[in-house]
Amino acid sequence: MNALDLAHKLRAAFGAVLAEPAEFRGEVTLKLTDPEAIGRICGFAKLELGFDFLLDITSIDNYGEDPRWTIVYHLYGLAHQAHLRIKTDVSEEKSELPTVSHVWRTANWHEREIYDLMGIRFRGHPDLRRIIMWEGYPYHPLRKDFPVTGKPSELPGVAFSKAAPIEGGPFVTVPGGKDAMAREPRVRTPED
Amino acid sequence: MQSTAEIGYDSRLETDVIATRLDAALNWFRKNSLWPMPMGLACCAIELMGTGASRFDISRFGMEVMRFSPRQSDVMIVAGTVTYKMATAVKRIYDQMAEPKWVIAMGACASTGGMYRSYAVLQGVDNVIPVDFYVAGCPPRPEALLDALMKLQQKVMKEPLLATLKQPGPALAQN
Repeated sequence: MNALDLAHKLRAAFGAVLAEPAEFRGEVTLKLTDPEAIGRICGFAKLELGFDFLLDITSIDNYGEDPRWTIVYHLYGLAHQAHLRIKTDVSEEKSELPTVSHVWRTANWHEREIYDLMGIRFRGHPDLRRIIMWEGYPYHPLRKDFPVTGKPSELPGVAFSKAAPIEGGPFVTVPGGKDAMAREPRVRTPED
Repeated sequence: MQSTAEIGYDSRLETDVIATRLDAALNWFRKNSLWPMPMGLACCAIELMGTGASRFDISRFGMEVMRFSPRQSDVMIVAGTVTYKMATAVKRIYDQMAEPKWVIAMGACASTGGMYRSYAVLQGVDNVIPVDFYVAGCPPRPEALLDALMKLQQKVMKEPLLATLKQPGPALAQN
């Protein structure tokens, strides 16, 4: 059974909340219109369709657009070896959706990472703490409006942070330049 | 015609007695048993391991005893990228080391943040602990680290040990 058949089965079970499966270069993507249904859909995909392995959960910041967040679930079945991708959008005002950590236990850390770096909360998560930045850090650094050099923050004790000095950077490499001067990392403004 | 002269300790003349200053003798003990605390955080730690292995042989200087307990070590070699999250642990381990203690910042990242001009990386470990020697390189060659350790030996030899015996070290003095 291939991924497209499985995606159609999933859509037959849930109907309206799932859009028609889109196939691109052999990869199947399902768009989920209602993020509140993600827990039920993932539970069905694991128990009934054999997607026993959650490869990854990622989040996309569509900065300047509405809805701002896209959460992407990468599913895989070790028995049928089919990949399936489920995408769902969450607005910035809400920034919250149900957890799938009760379906796959590995989702626990994936969801903590998304919460830490992007600031999207997962309702029902057993232990939603920061996983990469330190406890008490006030920002979510993978958001598009967060500068790469960071913002100053203060935590009593030693875990302070300052914006990194960058000397007019960031330094950008241009592949395919005619000589080393044109290729090497330099401060490059967009009009260069 | 080349002539040779006996310098230093001559067992035929001096037998069992050596005259020196207590400062110099104690510092001499210290400098020849500088036990490192290997704070290996990134790729510099590989060069640190190379320094400890047979080709570069750190034990020529009495520093081969890498101690993973801060209680037993004298010099912390910060080898690698210090993130803010790790900086709390580095500071804690430094505070747990017994006086006298020294710090070597090995490589560009530990000295200045290196190429990581990022929200996550501490821009030089001297923001949280006092550093005695900085080693340039990305990563530095083992010879460079050994050079820093030999310079540290020279510094240890010059320390007024008895005059500052009961005084707080740099970690306490800065507060």
